[in-house]
Amino acid sequence: MSQVLVTADGVPLKTSLARAQRRSKLKAVALVAPLFVFIAVAFFVPIIDMLFRSVENQLVGEVLHRSMPLLQKWDERSGELPEEEVFAALALDFREAKENKSGGRVGRRLNYEKPGFSGLFRKSARGADRMEAPYREAFIALDEKWGDIENWRVIKRESAPYTISYYLAALDMGYADDGGIARNSEDGRIYLKLFWRTLWMSLFITFLCLILAYPISYLLSVLPTAKSNLLIILVLLPFWTSLLVRTTAWIALLQQEGVINDLVVWFGLVDDDNRLAMIHNRTGTIIAMVHILLPFMVLPLYSVMKTIPPSYMRAAKSLGATPFTAFVRVYMPNTVAGIGAGAILVFILAIGYYITPALVGGQSGTLISNFIAFHMQNSLNWGLAAALGAILLGVVLVLYFLYDKIVGIDNMKLG
Amino acid sequence: MSLPVYATLPEKIWHYTYLSICALIFFFLIAPVVVVIPLSFNAVPFFTFTEEMLTFDPAGYSLKWYRDFFTNLNWQGAVKNSLVIAVFATLISTTLGTVAALGLSRSEMPHKSVIMGILISPMIVPLIISAAGMYFFYSKIGLSSTHLGVILAHAALGTPFVVITVTATLVGFDHSLVRAAATLGASPQRTFFRVIVPLILPGVISGALFAFITSFDEVVVVLFVGSYEQRTIPWQMFSGIREQISPTILAVATLLVAVSILLLTSVELLRRRSERLRGITPH
Amino acid sequence: MKFLHTFRRCFLPAVAALLFAGAAHAQTKLTIVSWGGAYTASQQKGYHEPYMRANPNIEIVNDDSGSGALAKLRAMQSTGKVTWDLVDMVAGDAIIACDEGIAVEIDHDKVLASAPDGTPASKDFGDLIVNDCYIPTIVYSTTFGYRTDLVKKKPTKIADVFDLKKIPGKRALEKRPNNNLEWALLADGVKPNKVYKMLGTEKGVKRAFKKLDTIKDQVIWWEKGAQTPQLLADGEVVIGSTYNGRLFSVIEEEKQPVAMMWDWQMFDLDGWIVPKGGKNEAEVMKYLYFATDTQRLADQAKYISYGPARKSSAPLVGKHAELGIEMGPHMPTAPANAKHTLLVDFEFWANNQDDLTERFNAWLAR
Repeated sequence: MSQVLVTADGVPLKTSLARAQRRSKLKAVALVAPLFVFIAVAFFVPIIDMLFRSVENQLVGEVLHRSMPLLQKWDERSGELPEEEVFAALALDFREAKENKSGGRVGRRLNYEKPGFSGLFRKSARGADRMEAPYREAFIALDEKWGDIENWRVIKRESAPYTISYYLAALDMGYADDGGIARNSEDGRIYLKLFWRTLWMSLFITFLCLILAYPISYLLSVLPTAKSNLLIILVLLPFWTSLLVRTTAWIALLQQEGVINDLVVWFGLVDDDNRLAMIHNRTGTIIAMVHILLPFMVLPLYSVMKTIPPSYMRAAKSLGATPFTAFVRVYMPNTVAGIGAGAILVFILAIGYYITPALVGGQSGTLISNFIAFHMQNSLNWGLAAALGAILLGVVLVLYFLYDKIVGIDNMKLG
Repeated sequence: MSLPVYATLPEKIWHYTYLSICALIFFFLIAPVVVVIPLSFNAVPFFTFTEEMLTFDPAGYSLKWYRDFFTNLNWQGAVKNSLVIAVFATLISTTLGTVAALGLSRSEMPHKSVIMGILISPMIVPLIISAAGMYFFYSKIGLSSTHLGVILAHAALGTPFVVITVTATLVGFDHSLVRAAATLGASPQRTFFRVIVPLILPGVISGALFAFITSFDEVVVVLFVGSYEQRTIPWQMFSGIREQISPTILAVATLLVAVSILLLTSVELLRRRSERLRGITPH
Repeated sequence: MKFLHTFRRCFLPAVAALLFAGAAHAQTKLTIVSWGGAYTASQQKGYHEPYMRANPNIEIVNDDSGSGALAKLRAMQSTGKVTWDLVDMVAGDAIIACDEGIAVEIDHDKVLASAPDGTPASKDFGDLIVNDCYIPTIVYSTTFGYRTDLVKKKPTKIADVFDLKKIPGKRALEKRPNNNLEWALLADGVKPNKVYKMLGTEKGVKRAFKKLDTIKDQVIWWEKGAQTPQLLADGEVVIGSTYNGRLFSVIEEEKQPVAMMWDWQMFDLDGWIVPKGGKNEAEVMKYLYFATDTQRLADQAKYISYGPARKSSAPLVGKHAELGIEMGPHMPTAPANAKHTLLVDFEFWANNQDDLTERFNAWLAR
C-alpha cells in the first residue's frame, strides 16, 4: 500500500505540482500572448488577406450577373458563338454597368488575360444603350471582337469566382487556344527569370557581406572597448544614412566621371578613354547593395564574437593546433549563430529591395520586387502582384525551413 | 589587438595584412558617407563634383540645400514625423518584444519554436510582401494614411529584432537569481526591475536600436501605408523623385550624420566617465 | 454673485473657444496630390497661391505622392475614406482611374470656364480631354537632350538616337516600353500615322524590338524623370530622353552644356482628376473653374516649360518668372519644336500596357 505524498495543506503533491506547472505555463503563455495577438493582427492577417487576393476573382461574375450564368451552358468547343440570350443578357448587364461605372473594371480585369478587352468594354458600355435585338449582330456590329470565340472563352473562364490565372501568369504560363495550359512563348517569359535573378543576386550579396563582415567584426570583438566603440561608429554611420542617399553617393563615386574613375585615371591605372563601367550594371547594384546591407551582417556577428572567450583559441593553440586550424575548427563554429542571423537578415532584406537596383542597376536592375511594386502601383493588377508575392514568400519559407533544420531559429543572435 | 612579442615573421606579415584588409573594409563602409558631406554644399542640383568644387572655387559651393531644409515645411514635418513614428514604434516593439521574450525563455512555454517562428516572421517575410499585405488590409480597416497605421506597421517590423536579441541574452540567464531574489523577500515587480532588467538591458537596448533604425530608414511600407500627413524623411525623399532628386536629401543626410556622431561620441564619453567614476579602467 | 463670477470665468471662454473653432471650421483644407519638385512649385505659384489669395477660407495642401496615386486612390476608395480632393495624373493613369470608377465624371462645359472669346471648354481643350473624368492642364513631351560638348555631330532626327556611328556613346532611355517602341518604329522608317497600327501586330512589336536591339548595350535605362538630367550633367550619357521641362531647367537654369533634340517628341498630358468620395467636391469644382481657366494655364508656363492644354492659353504665355526669358520658344508646342510630334495613343496603351511591359522586360533580361 503506497502512501500518497501530500503538501503541508493536505493536497497531494502530484496535484499541487501539476497545478504549479499549469500556472507557470499559463504565465509563460500570458507573457507571449500580447505580442502574439499584435503580430497576428498587424502582420499575419494582412499577409493572409493578400494571399487570398491571388485567387479571388469575383468581379466578372458579379458585374455581368445576368449573362454569366447563361454563358455557363455554352460549350466553348462547339466552335459556335454563344446563344442570342447570352448577348441579350449582356446588353442588360452593360446598361447596368454603365450606370454604376463597373464596366471599365471588368474590362481591365479581362485585359490582364488578353490585351484589348479594356477598350472593348469601354466601347460596349457606351454602345449598349442604343442596342436593339438581335443583340448578337448588334454586338458584333459594335466591335467584331464580340464575334471571336477565343474572347468568349476567356470571359467564361474568368467568370468563375476563383482563378489560377494569376499564378499561371506569375509562372510565365497561360491558356493556349485549345484551353489547355501552356508555357508562354520565348519573348513572353519574364517572371521565372526574374525569380532566379533575384535569388542568386540576394545569395551572392549575402555571401559578399559575410566575407566583408567577418574580418571587421572579429577585429571589433578583440579590440579594447574604447577603440572598438570608435570603430563601431564607422559601421553605424552608414546605417543611419538613408538608403536613397547612399545609393546616390555610390552613383557619384562609381560613374564614368566619378571619384573612383578619376582616381584610377590619375594614378594611370587605366587611360582616360577606357574608364571603368561600374554603375548602371550588375557590378554597381552589387556594390551598392552590399554597402547598404553590410551593417546588418556586422552587428550580429560582432555581438556573437564578443561572447567567445579568447581562451578557446589559446587552448587550441596550446594543444598544438596551428593558428589557422584553431581558427577554422574552434573559433568559426562558435560564430555560427551570428553568421546565421546576419545571413538570413541580409538575404531577406536583399530579396525585398528594389529601389537601389532600379536606380543603379541599369538593364539588369529589375528584380521580382520591382514587378510586385509595378503591379501594385501602376497596373493595379493586384491579383498578379499577390501571386508573385505568394511565390516569393513560398521560396523564402522553404529556404527558411532549410535554415531552421541546419542552424535552428532559436540559435539566432543579433546585436 | 596587439601582437605578442614572440610573434614570428609570417605571423607579423599576416597581422598587418589583416589590419589593412580591415582598414579597406572600413573605408568601403564610410566612403559614401564622406562623399555625401561635400556634395551637400554643391551649388548645382546634381550629385557630381563640379570643376568649381574641385578647384575650391567658392562659387561652386552653396548653402542653399541647407536653407531649403530649414525653410521648407515639408522637411520639418518629415523630421518630426520620422522621430514620432520611430519612437512610438520602438516603444511598442520593445515593450511587447521584451515581455514575449521573457515568456519564450521559460522552459514551460509550449510549442516554443513554432511560436518563435511566428513572432519573428515579420523579419522573414520580404518587405515588399509585408508592404503589399499591410497596404490592402490597413486601408480596409481604416488605418492607412494614419499615424497609428504607420506606427503599428513599423512596430510589427521591429519586434523580431527585440525578440531575438532579448531571447539571446536570456539564454545564459540564471533563473536561480530570480528564486534567490524571491527568497530574500523581493516582490515579483522588484525582482523584475532590480534583477531581470539590468541583466537583459544590453539585449533590450540593441533590439530597440534595430527597431528604431528599421522604422527610421524604412521606405517601402511608409510609401504604401503612409500619406502626406505621415511623411517621414525617406517618404519625403522618394515622393518627388519623378521630378527631381533634390540635393536637400544630402543636406539632411549630413545633418543626421553630424547629429549621430555627436550622440555616439557623447554616449561613449559618458560611458568612459561612469567607468572612471566606478573605478574601472578601460582595458 | 459667485455663480455669475463662475459663469463669466468658465462659460465665456468656452463660448469664445466655440466661436473660434467655428471660424476654424470655415477654413476648408483642400489636399491636392501632385508630383513634387519644380512641377508642384509651378502649380503652387500658378494656381494655388492666387486662388488662396482670392479665397482666404481655402487652404491648399500639396501632397507629393503623385507616383503612387492611382493605387492609393483605389485602396482609399474601397474603404470609403478618401482624404484627397484633387489628383494630378498623366493621361494613361487617368484612363485607368476613370475605368475603375475611382474618378468623378465631369461635364467639362459646366464645370470649367469658357475661353475669353466664349469658346466652350470642351472645344478649347479639344481632343486632349481623353475621357469623361480628365481635365488636362499641360502638354508635356518626352524628348531628347544631348551634351553639346560630347557629340561630334549634332543629332537632328530620331534615327540619330539609333545611329551608333553618328552619335557614339551611351544614351539614356526610360525603362518601359512606352515611347521607346514608337521611336524605334519611327527611326526604322514607319510612317507616323501607322506606328500604333504596327505596334498592334506581332510583326510590328518584333520590328520595334529588333531596332532597339541595335543600341541595347549602349543604353542606360532610367526609371525616374530626375535621372536623365543627372546622367547628362555627369557626362554618363551623351543623349537621353526625359520630360522637356526637366531639360529646360538643365539648360536654362543650371546652364549645363546640353541642347534639345525635339524630333518626334512624344506628347503626353498631365491634368486633374477628382477622386470619387472626396469630402470637398463642391469646393474642388470651384477651384477647378478658376485654376483651369485660360489665364491660369498660361500662368503656369511662367514657372515651367510645359505647354498649356487650352488652345486659348497659348498666345498668353509670357516670360519665365525668374529667368525673364520668353517661354514661348521653349514650349513643346512651339512651331519650331513641333515639326514632328506624336501624341501618345492612350487607347492603345490602355489595352496593351501590361502585355508590352512584360515583353519589354523579357527583352531587357535576354
